[in-house]
Parts: sequence; structure tokens; C-alpha cells
Amino acid sequence: MRDVTLEIDGQAVKATEGMTLLAAATAAGIPIPTLCHHELLEPFGSCRLCTVEVDVRGWTNRVAACVYPVEDKLVVRTRSPEIDRIRRVILELYLAHAPDSPRLKALAGEYGADPNRFEKEASFCIHCGLCVRYCAEVKKKDAVGFIDRGARKEICFVPEVAARECWACKECFPLCPTEALQAAYVLVEALKFPRPAKA
Amino acid sequence: MMGSGGMIVMDEDTCMVDVARYFIDFLTDESCGKCVPCREGLLQMHKILTRITGGKGRDGDLELLEELSAVAMEAALCALGKSAPNPFLSTLKYFREEYEAHIRDQRCPARSCKELIAFWIDPAQCQACGACRRKCPADAVAGEKNRIHVVDQGKCTKCGTCFEVCPPRFAAVRKLSGEPVPAPLPEAERTIARKSKTDA
Repeated sequence: MRDVTLEIDGQAVKATEGMTLLAAATAAGIPIPTLCHHELLEPFGSCRLCTVEVDVRGWTNRVAACVYPVEDKLVVRTRSPEIDRIRRVILELYLAHAPDSPRLKALAGEYGADPNRFEKEASFCIHCGLCVRYCAEVKKKDAVGFIDRGARKEICFVPEVAARECWACKECFPLCPTEALQAAYVLVEALKFPRPAKA
Repeated sequence: MMGSGGMIVMDEDTCMVDVARYFIDFLTDESCGKCVPCREGLLQMHKILTRITGGKGRDGDLELLEELSAVAMEAALCALGKSAPNPFLSTLKYFREEYEAHIRDQRCPARSCKELIAFWIDPAQCQACGACRRKCPADAVAGEKNRIHVVDQGKCTKCGTCFEVCPPRFAAVRKLSGEPVPAPLPEAERTIARKSKTDA
């Protein structure tokens, strides 16, 4: 593994070949916002919030920092008017689904995102895939997965596996950036196992 | 605009806003749903375009669509998402006045968007042949022999059948958009006085 030096926001950053821009920036203490990233999991690149600008052969490209590999002498900018606009619109799109998520609200404040720009359609899930990937990659159980595609895509527990595995695990709940799983769990528990009324 | 080398020829009866809406609808369905600019961005673009073709466009809709397009082009994961806004961007580039007519005047220049058009029978042209009355699936055309026909705007489903079946030599059925529908002729004035016709 070769050592490389790249420039992130004007700062020289040392990294090892094979690392992603996000890993290099995080190691150097340069913050890049993410929603679908988790250090235990393979990079996914779905939330696009970590989009940054890189200069490649005279061209400026916008790439997802969590999947883009470091290169020697690469020039990276983590903030620019265009990057901020991309992040703001992405947050606005997310907030239509999960308007009360504390993490989204905090990011919205930072990037000036208007939570009411798009018609609310509270599905809570923002398809970051953390629960799905954690279950598949770390727990190797595949108890939860994606079904359908496009705008109709949803997460769905496989009842046969979930009935056997989930009750003792529930490790995916705290990963959820909108706390939807937590809410779903509480709801299911409440419906399935109603607590006896207090005497 | 879209596709790979294919060519579509359209005339002035095709609404370019509706064409953009159609393609974005198709792409919303094609989207895999992994990345946000495509999954959510296209969905919102489709909602806004549907609103515009429905005559409920608002000031700022075009700017919002342009912003969603720019984000999808820069930030989407794959080439489908990056090129998905093209139908909107190219129709906007060459037919911006059609978008503006929909939003500002509630008018569809191609007279194609159902919410923005009305079918009206020109009393000066109608010869009471009855073709439109017999073919209308909604029973929205009132009239009888030798009486000028009138479209009941409340019943009309804007299917366009009357427009198609009206014989070209009369061409009495008109599509109106962005203008008020003239009040129907009073019952008393609907009888057609035929000069040349003798008893049959």
C-alpha cells in the first residue's frame, strides 16, 4: 500500500492508497456530513450527502466522498456554493419524509434547508440502508431487506427470519437516522403484546 | 432529449409540459431507488409537473424544477439519474413559453392538458348533424334534429370524441384554452333556419 498526499480544503492530508476520501478527511479532522455511512459496513453511497468537489485533469467533478478512492495530489473541496446547494436540496427531500428526525434537523440548520419546501409524505424511512446492510454484513442474518424499487422502495422484515432472530438482537434500531425502526418496533410490540392495564 | 438515437415527431397539438411529465413519470418508475437525488428528486419533479399540467402551477415552480434537475445531474449515483432531468431541461429550453402559459395564464397552448381545456360547439357552424351527440360517452351534448347542439361543461369528460367526429365541413367543435367558454345559446335561439332545404 502506497502512501499518497492529497489536498483537502487547502490542507495537505496523508493517506494510504485504497482509502476513501471520507476516511482520509475524517482522519485529518475535516468533517463531511453523512447519513448512510457506518465504519463497520461497506461504503454504500446512497445518501449523496457526502458529495464533495474534486479536480481531476482540469475538470471539477462532484463525487461521493464515501466511495471515491484517494489519489496522489488530488485536490478536494468539501464546501462550495454548489456542494452546499446539493446538500440543502437533499436534506429538503429527506425532510419531506422524516420531518422530526433530530439528525436531519441539525443538518438542515447548518445548510439552511427549508423543511416545508416539499409536500410532506411522512414515511420516516429515508432508505439509508443501515439496518439492511448491518443485518447482512455484520449479523449475517438478512432479516431485513429492501423490497420494490424507485419511489415505491421500502424496508421490510422477513417474518420467518425476524421471528427467530430479531427479538434478541435489535442492534439495527439505534443505527436508524430517523428513529423509524425504533418507532416501528415500539408500535409492533404494543400491538402484538399489549401491556396489562395498570391496576 | 431522451433515448438512444430514436426520433419522435410531434406537432403543435402535443403539449411539451405534458411530454416532460410523461418522461419523468417513466423515469420515476425506472429508478432503482438507491440514491436520493433520483428517487426523491424525480418524484418531486413529477409532482410539480403534474401540478402544472393540472393548471395549479405556482410562481417559483420552474426555479424549483431547475434546482432539482441541477442536483440530480451533479449528485445522482448513475447515468439514469444524471440524465433523467434532460426531458424537462430541453423542453424548458425550447418551449419555456408553454410552461409560462400553463403557470401564469392557466392556458395550454397545445390544447392538450385536460384540466385546462374546454370543448365548445360554435353555434354559427353547427348544422345539428348529431354525430357528436350520438358518440359522446358522457351524454354531455344536448341537441336534436335542426337544433344547434350544446356541450354541457359540467358533464363533459374532455375525451375529445366530439372534436374528432364533427365533420370537417362543419368544424363546429372547438377546443378552448385560457379563455372563458361562451355562454350557451338560449333555448329559443337554437333552431336552425334552413333556407335551401325543401321538404324531404
